[in-house]
Amino acid sequence: MVDVVVIGAGVTGCAIARELAKYEYKVTVLERASDVCEGTSKANSGIVHAGYDAHPGTLKAKLNVEGNRMMEALSEELDFPFKRNGSLVLCFDDEDRPKLQKLYEQGLENGVKELRIIEKDELKQLEPNISDNAVAALYAPAGGIVCPFGLTVALAENAAVNGVDFRLNTEVQNIEKTNGGYRVATNHGVLESRVVINAAGVYADRFHNMVSEEKIHIIPRKGEYCLMDKKVGGFVSRTVFQLPTIYGKGVLVTPTVHGNLLAGPTAVDVEDCEAVNTTREGLDDVLKRAALSVSHFPAGQVITSFAGLRAHEEKGDFIIGQPEDAPGFFDAAGIESPGLTCAPALGRYLAKQILEYLPAQAKKDFIGTRKGIPSMALAGPEERAKLIEENPLYANVVCRCELVTEGEIMDAIHRPLGATTLDGVKRRTRAGMGRCQAGFCSPKTVEILARELDRDMAEISKNDPGSEFLTGYDKDDIEE
Amino acid sequence: MKKDLVIIGGGPAGLAAAIAAKEAGVDDLLIVERDARLGGILNQCIHNGFGLHTFKEELTGPEYAGRYIDKMLSLDIPYKLNTMVVDLSEKRTEGENRKLVTVMNREEGLYTIEARAVILAMGCRERSRGALNIPGYRPAGIYSAGTAQRYVNMEGRMPGKEVVILGSGDIGLIMARRMTLEGAKVKLVAELMPYSGGLKRNIVQCLDDFGIPLKLSHTVVDIKGKERVEAVVIARVDEHLKPIPGTEEEIKCDTLLLSCGLIPENELSESLGVEMNPVTKGPRVNESLETDREGVFACGNVLHVHDLVDYVSEEAAQAGKRAAAYLHGALKKAEKEIPIKAVNGVRYTVPASVDAERMENVQVVRFRVGNVYRDAAIEVSVNGRVVSSRKKKVLAPGEMEQIVLKKTELEQVENLQEITVAIRQDV
Repeated sequence: MVDVVVIGAGVTGCAIARELAKYEYKVTVLERASDVCEGTSKANSGIVHAGYDAHPGTLKAKLNVEGNRMMEALSEELDFPFKRNGSLVLCFDDEDRPKLQKLYEQGLENGVKELRIIEKDELKQLEPNISDNAVAALYAPAGGIVCPFGLTVALAENAAVNGVDFRLNTEVQNIEKTNGGYRVATNHGVLESRVVINAAGVYADRFHNMVSEEKIHIIPRKGEYCLMDKKVGGFVSRTVFQLPTIYGKGVLVTPTVHGNLLAGPTAVDVEDCEAVNTTREGLDDVLKRAALSVSHFPAGQVITSFAGLRAHEEKGDFIIGQPEDAPGFFDAAGIESPGLTCAPALGRYLAKQILEYLPAQAKKDFIGTRKGIPSMALAGPEERAKLIEENPLYANVVCRCELVTEGEIMDAIHRPLGATTLDGVKRRTRAGMGRCQAGFCSPKTVEILARELDRDMAEISKNDPGSEFLTGYDKDDIEE
Repeated sequence: MKKDLVIIGGGPAGLAAAIAAKEAGVDDLLIVERDARLGGILNQCIHNGFGLHTFKEELTGPEYAGRYIDKMLSLDIPYKLNTMVVDLSEKRTEGENRKLVTVMNREEGLYTIEARAVILAMGCRERSRGALNIPGYRPAGIYSAGTAQRYVNMEGRMPGKEVVILGSGDIGLIMARRMTLEGAKVKLVAELMPYSGGLKRNIVQCLDDFGIPLKLSHTVVDIKGKERVEAVVIARVDEHLKPIPGTEEEIKCDTLLLSCGLIPENELSESLGVEMNPVTKGPRVNESLETDREGVFACGNVLHVHDLVDYVSEEAAQAGKRAAAYLHGALKKAEKEIPIKAVNGVRYTVPASVDAERMENVQVVRFRVGNVYRDAAIEVSVNGRVVSSRKKKVLAPGEMEQIVLKKTELEQVENLQEITVAIRQDV
């Protein structure tokens, strides 16, 4: 019997687990995929929203503003990349000014600080590459950018260090109410738990509906993105949104916290919870709409594209807390944008509810900080020299595009909840995220993973089982 | 550490450049190689066909590299392996111009070499799926042809069993044959353009001889499979290279190899601020293969993507020689750089300019054409007057072409203003 089972090791599940790790709970996180951060959390805009988008009074509005305020301190405690770069919402037509004004007022009501509407001249001064068609903008200096993998992995590692048990490759198949809580059946056996937290992203309705008669319905809403080379990472320095127009909701153009340029997402409802494929129409749409925000959008600099699924609940707001007919079962469902921003606040908000339901003492030996993997690419000359002196493997470059060394990859593999897949290494170190997209480094990384995990190279996969790279030895299939 | 000459890259270009520089009297030199061995990408090119021009025999890639490595070792040229150049910058003090080459490796850590001259020989990389922006899922089983070549030829491992290849660049064609010989089924090669980007001999020897179809004017429009590639969808493209709806065909396979062009790796050149040629994506160089930064030379695939390694070696030897001349004070300042204009089907030339006084007696100028031309002529004009015209049965983008400029002839031209290289079709 455990105290709490968390279903899903995305940013929401990890934030909750880390919050609960501060108390004397026995917490187990169940994750279907081979790593944390494998679903919605890995394919999104990486934006820390200021908080003017959501309707006042909603959970989205409340947790957004709180999450935004928490992010900076958290990034220092847990050592993940975050930058408060500010955001802009562009207005392209004087007729749309009332919409901009409404957004401004909504922001004020939600408690967003330093918000103001700026005119074209100031806008062009702030962002010289902004389209000449923009007439004004809502400027929110509080907006930021974060590494979604960095944030999720940091939360997960810190939770793990504080005793949370992460079970990967473990898929929940059924949940049943019992006398003292819930029986959670997985592909690796059954767990009894007093409390279940449903942070299952696009699958959250499935689990909720297993225990409650108040049915919910999650619609996977696909968003496609194009990521551009670091050469054009400074094309804009703030996150640039568009006011919704008659042409649609609009896409954002933003620098990423690692210095690339990102454009997207589209918004298309799909039925398949696994449909993370990009489409020709979607990618063309992203590039076309991005070009509305900025002049001479560098579409030729795309280095990769990807798609993610938002867990959109049809009523529109987050669903957080216990359904009336299922005490001890806590939803964190419908967590779409601004879910990444909200995660730290959401974790705290839900932990408070759980403490009321199942009181527990604060853990005396909770370790509140975590050190990330030192990055040679980001280190200055002295720090580089020091890292190499401590570990010469920091001088052995594996990924030349992002300057990732064997030392960093070894660290990613051997730290708590370490990487076991190529994507796991990639998301922890950035090896393979550069302009050659792992052309040169993937065989080397596969070799290091095999060596360090004491496996054959053929057992090393991109991510989940079935995604192994190698199919055999030369001449295996030649008939004698 | 101080050095007269640092050569960045120990592949075919770096090796030939170092040998030539040493033979021209540069003793204080160093090759910096990021990989664990010298020879660069030749090490994984185990097929033959290398060296026909240079050695008049057919060598494999490692054998070709071996000849240069032996020569280099016999000349006692120093080199560092597993050593990455992490920064390249300039330091100018009174009358002196030094290049700062910051390197790191496991044994020596991080340090900066002060060099009087640098030869850029970093090679190129393959265009990735991301850069091609092919839609679909992102499963395992999508490799650049060179990555697959490394697995098969260096590790003895197969990256797949049923293969579709997009792009008919030479590495893709070579890998179609290699994968077949190692037991995989190569279903087809799809090529976006109406012509192949590879050498004719490779199409014959790697596809035709094995009955592998080459589908020109086709591209991949979708990739299926969540964990591993399960199929790709190919479609015919129109004259604007856009897929034609209704021509889609799903091909079951577990592997997609990409051979869709090579991109010179000029991140270091760019960090130094070297002027680039937007067509080649390599530095713009004059007849001495010198960039717009004094004492910085470039050769091989970092300069422009070659078709044959023999030409890389030849070009690199010239860079080594010219760097030596620079170090010995024998390379005059370029004062009369005459631009070589690439027009009418000629995409670029390397070098991009020539100084008749500085040049050697014979200067080879290499270039590629932008389309397939039949029964056309390569025409060279000086100051608008045609000075030579050479007929060719076929000119194709996959093959590098060349013209030769002679010092004696250029020196005779009064008021030399410009040289033009063009394709003439009505011959």
